[in-house]
This record gives sequence, structure tokens and C-alpha cells, in this order.
Amino acid sequence: MEELVNLFHGFAVALQPFNIMVMIVGIVLGVLIGVLPGLGGANGVAILLPLTFSMSPTSAIIMLSCIYWGALFGGAITSILFNIPGEPWSVATTFDGYPMAQKGKAGEALTAAFTSSFVGALFAVVMITLVAPLVASFALQFGPAEKFAVYFLAFCSFVGLSKEPPFKTIAAMMIGFALAAVGLDSITGQLRLTFGVTHLLNGFDFLIAVIGLFGIGEILLTMEEGLAFRGGNAKINLRVVLQTWKELPAYWITSLRSCLIGCWMGITPAGATPASFMSYGIAKRVAKKGNNFGKGEIEGVVAPETAAHAAGTAALLPMLSLGVPGSPTAAVLLGGLLIWGLQPGPMLFVEQKEFVWGLIASMYLGNLVGLIVVLTCVPVFAAILRVPFSIIAPLILVLCAIGAYSVHSSTFDVVLMLVFGVIGYLLKKCNYPLAPLVLAIVLGDKAEEAFRQSLLGSQGSLGIFFSNTLVSSIMILGLIALFWSVIQQGYTRLRGATASGSQAL
Amino acid sequence: MKHAAHTALGALATLCTVGMSAPAIAAWEPVRPVEFIVPAGTGGGADQMARTIQGIVTKHNLMKQPLVVINKSGGAGGEGFLDVKGSGGNPHKIIITLSNLFTTPLATGIPFNWKDLTPVTMLALDEFVLWVNAEKPYKTAKEYIDAVKAAPAGTMKMGGTGSKQEDQIITVAVEKATGSKFTYIPYKGGGEVAVQLVGNHVDSTVNNPIEAVAQWRGGKLRPLCVFDAQPMGYDEQVADGKSWKDIPTCKSQGLDMEYLMLRGIFMSPRATKDQIEYYVELFKKVRATPEWQDFMKSGAFNTTSLTGAEYAKWVEVEEKRHETLMKDAGFLAAAGN
Repeated sequence: MEELVNLFHGFAVALQPFNIMVMIVGIVLGVLIGVLPGLGGANGVAILLPLTFSMSPTSAIIMLSCIYWGALFGGAITSILFNIPGEPWSVATTFDGYPMAQKGKAGEALTAAFTSSFVGALFAVVMITLVAPLVASFALQFGPAEKFAVYFLAFCSFVGLSKEPPFKTIAAMMIGFALAAVGLDSITGQLRLTFGVTHLLNGFDFLIAVIGLFGIGEILLTMEEGLAFRGGNAKINLRVVLQTWKELPAYWITSLRSCLIGCWMGITPAGATPASFMSYGIAKRVAKKGNNFGKGEIEGVVAPETAAHAAGTAALLPMLSLGVPGSPTAAVLLGGLLIWGLQPGPMLFVEQKEFVWGLIASMYLGNLVGLIVVLTCVPVFAAILRVPFSIIAPLILVLCAIGAYSVHSSTFDVVLMLVFGVIGYLLKKCNYPLAPLVLAIVLGDKAEEAFRQSLLGSQGSLGIFFSNTLVSSIMILGLIALFWSVIQQGYTRLRGATASGSQAL
Repeated sequence: MKHAAHTALGALATLCTVGMSAPAIAAWEPVRPVEFIVPAGTGGGADQMARTIQGIVTKHNLMKQPLVVINKSGGAGGEGFLDVKGSGGNPHKIIITLSNLFTTPLATGIPFNWKDLTPVTMLALDEFVLWVNAEKPYKTAKEYIDAVKAAPAGTMKMGGTGSKQEDQIITVAVEKATGSKFTYIPYKGGGEVAVQLVGNHVDSTVNNPIEAVAQWRGGKLRPLCVFDAQPMGYDEQVADGKSWKDIPTCKSQGLDMEYLMLRGIFMSPRATKDQIEYYVELFKKVRATPEWQDFMKSGAFNTTSLTGAEYAKWVEVEEKRHETLMKDAGFLAAAGN
């Protein structure tokens, strides 16, 4: 009950005119940051952090978290329109969002993405409001073994539930793992696969690979196919929003499942990226129209977006209550908190009530404001597709180059992006799926690190992955997901065999 | 030889500073935005300090040009160091360092030495504290070390930041000093290490004060001793009626090991005297602000500060010490690498 009183007090703080203005400014800046691939939430927040030093801590965190929400929303825009994910967790959104745009349904895809984001975030905020203390103690149970189990589950649910030929999926994933291994090995402190090249010290940044593989690769493909955007005939009025809203409630099961996956992955703290992939993978297998996934199914946009935002929001909870950032952006926010003299951790909820509940209230309001801002802009975004390809393609190229450069302020990365573009084009021509490759680049080194940390702790025994109920149940779920199609085939064959057997009799 | 010339130059710079009548008017000023390189990831100790400095500079209008923080964390910070090393003659690039100034080149064999950079100023020294989970029965360092010795070798886990860096160096030194044996588990960041200790996934850590203070105040962790020659100077109460000052030194607990981490500023090679002087003055102003002093207090930093030849000398001694410590621990990169 006391929490509710605090929350209402928080609303009063967040609803002050100055704070509402700060919120809108933050959202708009955030959307711009999200649209520029590569700039990303973490860099954006870091650049704008000094702006907020003259504000009160509450206004400042409202502004920064609104930039964060804005970037989350914005990431979906380029994914859907140009197949360029602005953030790691938008990759899964491209799988169905981009085909939808090509079919002339960009407006629907954007509306579905924004609305799902809002639903996911709202679900997570409600959860934070109600069970914050409980959740924090749950997160503490996650050591290296548990973390590895979660990554394992994300990989398995993506491979096992995918309908691509398994060997091509595994081949693509192995390329991803190899790329993820470049750079510093964090367990031994040695450099790996850098061949003495200074530029490779940092390994292959995920964003550069993705901008190249998806963005540049797509432009090359479009050029080959005749220099035109399919989807130029997108409807561009606000009615699209209402029509899409009528369709969305039909997917409530997918939505709810994605919310749960997202919250769970956000707290654990595996983060938004595995959440979006896992949610997409499961939806693809379970949904009635699962066979159409990848060809422009609206449900294929709902699933990853809902999960990513639920996870992104839930990830703020471990940051506030434990001081552990769940994402790079959260890490920069954490730095901000320290500068304002706030010490994240178990005492924050006790000592800085006004701040914490002001922040939670701003999560509700910030998301709502964000939804309104981006939805009213849907026609504008969709209209971009009407611009002739010969004009927009060079612009996209420039945008990609700026994005790739801004990740590490390095021109080498721009060259690397172009190389990835050619690789992406070739892989697509040979029908290799890009998603497992990307998933492996993003999660490969984290999974490896958690795996080796676990083995260090258990002195080499694999038993640690089955040493308690939590970790063993996640591992078993993963194994089931991995062999799902084999199990299903076996089951059908068994039934077929019995059927033919009985016929023979 | 190159180094001797360097120190001589530094000494000359100090002499000139002393010779000039205060207040010194900086004859050089940045004409472009200054890049402030952090050779570590976002959210870590060095990053927090750099961003605090950026905030202070912006708030108090200490520079006419913007100060831009850039993280170059690749290869345990090697990316950042090589970047500054390669920017000779560009005075618009400074770098904040931690112990990876010594450990990264030694452990990975990348072509870099601190003498490739121009020392500007030491900002502070970061303390290291031995922490255990508050649920555990160990009240003193001695009790804990005895428990580690009693347990089968390698079953007690020490969590730390990075591999072959300061945390692991301290762990190995503790093992040598006491004849105990830990399994060291490297994590990405100090905050994560502290939470792993709260969750009982490791048995102890050597977190910096700022990384673990929140968990101490929340009653989750217990500090046992500090790896410094004397107790920390902050006597304001932090948790359970104790202040930083009440934490005994490890030496007084029979654990003869001292370790402090450099938080200092270097700039690109071939900087002129005026350019060095400009940054020395800038950081003097930063250190005088109340925000900086609050920051020092919140992280219980050792506020020793050195500039010029004294600073260069301190760094040189530390480099030798790290070489010995890392050689003893077997952390040096294979020859010919």
C-alpha cells in the first residue's frame, strides 16, 4: 500500500510542467538517436549526459531515461523501413518488419512495433512497481552457470525452432562464434586472432557487422534487382494506426508470452537482445501462421518488439537495486546516478524514495508520451519509402557510414562495414540465414565467458550446469528446444509407423 | 636513454613552474574539442571518474573548448593507449589511466610503454579492500585466511575484474604472503563482482571502495582489511556504525601486502611545456571543486596528487613493481609475442 502512495507522489513529481517538457525533449532526441544506426542509446546518453548536470537529479534521470525509451522506439524505424537494425535488439524486428514494408505495409509494421514496445514496457513497469524487492533477490541467484544456461536457452530456442536447414544455420552460427572470439580473451587476458593488427584489439563490434550485413547487403541486393523499393505504395495516413490496432488484440497470447520472456530475461540479466530472439523463435514455432514468418507476418513484429522492451525496462531494476547495469545504456545511466551523488544499490529505495518513485512514474508517462510522439509520426516515416531509391540509397549509405564510424570513432570500422556488406550479400545469395550469425556475434563471447567462469568455479566439472534446480531446469528447457524438431519428427514417424503397422495387419 | 631525457624534461618543466610567479597564465589553450580517452568500458571506475571530470569542467566552465569522453576499451585498454601513442604532437588528446597502463602491455605484449606518453598529473589513488559476504562468520582477515587455508586448495573462490590485472595480481600476492590457494574468477566489471559476492557465487573480492560501498551500506558485504600502509582517512560513518577509517590495514592483520591503483592523466607524445602546464592547471582547478571532493569521499580515494618529475618517478617505480609482481605470478606475455 505504501508503494502506491509513493507511486502517486512520484506521478506528482513527474507531472510538473518542467518535467513533462524534459520528457518530450528526451523522447524526440532519443528517437533521432535510435534512427541513426550505430549511434545507439549508450552513446547518445553519454553525449547528452553533461546537459543534465544543471538539473535536479529527478529531472535529469527523467530526461535520460526518456532518451533511452526514445532510442528503443527509434531502433525499430530503420529496421522496418531499410532492414538496418539501429540497436542489437531490433535485429529480430527486421525479419518480418522489412518484408512487411516491402509489401507496402510499412505503416502497419511501424504501428505494430511501437504498440508492442509500449505494451512490453508497460508490463515490465507494472511488474517493477509491484514486486521490485522480490525481483532483486531473484537476480542475485544468477551466477555464471545460471547466466550460461540462459544464453544456452537463447541459442537453442533459435536453432531448434528455426525452419532453415539445420546445417546452414549451424554453419552461419559458427562463423559468428569465430568472429566473436576475436580480441581480448577476458578469462586469460590474452589476445586472440588479432594477428598483430591494432584495429582488431577490440574484436568485431556487433553494430558494425549488423549495419554491413543487413544495411549494405540489402542495398546491394536491391541494386541487383532493379533499383526500386518495393513498397512505395505504402498507405500514409493515420487511419493505418487505427486499423492495425483492431488487428493487434488477436495476438494477445504472443504478446503475453513475449512480455513474460522479456521480463524474465531483463531481470536475469541476460538483456533485451536474447529476449527478442527467443521470443521470435518461439512465436515462429507456436503461432498458427508460423510458416509465414519471415515473409511479412505482423505477429513476427509483435513478438520480438514486446520482449525487447519488456526486457529493456526490466533491466533497469537490477541497476537500481543492485547497481549492476543490464545494458550498456544502463551502465551510462549508472555513471550519471553517481555523478548526482546517488548510490545505486539496496539502500536507494530506502534513502531516495522521491527519486526512485519519480523515475518509476516517469517510466509510465515517458512510454505513453513516446508512444504518442512516434505514432503521430508513422505517416511521415512511411512516406520516406516513396522517395526514389536512387536518391535514398546514397543517403542510407552515408547514414550507415556515419553510424559505423561513430561506434568507435574509427575509419577502419567503415571499411569493415563495407566488407561485411559484401559478405552479407554473398551469404544471402547462397541462402545462408544471417540471424544465427548475428546472434552468435552478440552473445558468443558472453556465453563463452560465463561457460568458462562456471568451469573455473567448479574446477572443470560440467556438473555445475545441473547443480541446482534453477540452472538444471533452464538447461533442460534449452535441450528440449534444441531437439524439438527431432522430437516432433520422431513422434510423427512413430505414429506413422503404428498407423502403417496396423494397416499391414 | 629516451627515458632519461624525458625525466630531465619533466624536471625542467617543474623547475620552470616553481620559478614562475603564481598565478601562472597558461600560454597555450586548446583550439579544438579535447578528446578524453578512457581505456576501459562505460560504467567502470575510470569511466565514472572521467565523466565526473567532464561534468565538473562543463558545470564550472573550466575550459573554452568542450571535453569529450571517448571509451576505447579494446584489448584491455590497449586500443586507447595505442591511439594516444599514435597521436604524437596532437595536444587535444588526453587519457585517464588505471593499472592497465602497466598490466596490459606486460600481459598481452602489445607495443606500448607508458614512456610513449607524456605524464601530466596524478589525480588520486584508488584503494583496494578485502570483502566477504556479511552472512559468513569471518570477522577479521585472519579468520578468513585461516578458513581458506583449511579448505581444500582451490575450492575458495576470489572474484575480480579482468584477467592478469590488478585484482588478480593482489590475489596472487595474498596467496604468496599467506600460503593459501584461491581459484580466481575474472568478471567484466567491479559492480558485477560485488553482486556475485552478495549472491555467494564467490567467497571474497578485492573491490575498490566505490564498487562495493552500496552493498556494504545495505548490510550485504563486510570489509575485512584495506591493502594500504595506513587506514583510509574518511571517518564519517558508512555502515554498522563503522567508517572507512575503522577498516584495519591488511598488514596489521598479518597480510603483508600493499596495493594502490593509479588514477592519473597522460597526454599524447611530444607535448610542449605550455601544453602540459595548461592541463596541470586545469586539473588543479578540477580538484579544488566541491563536486570532486564529494566524489573522493564517496569512493574513499587516497587523494595523493603528483605532477611533473615526481609523478614520472612514481610511475616508474610502480612499473618496476608490476613487472616483478606479474613475473612472480607468471602473467608476462610469452617472449616474441
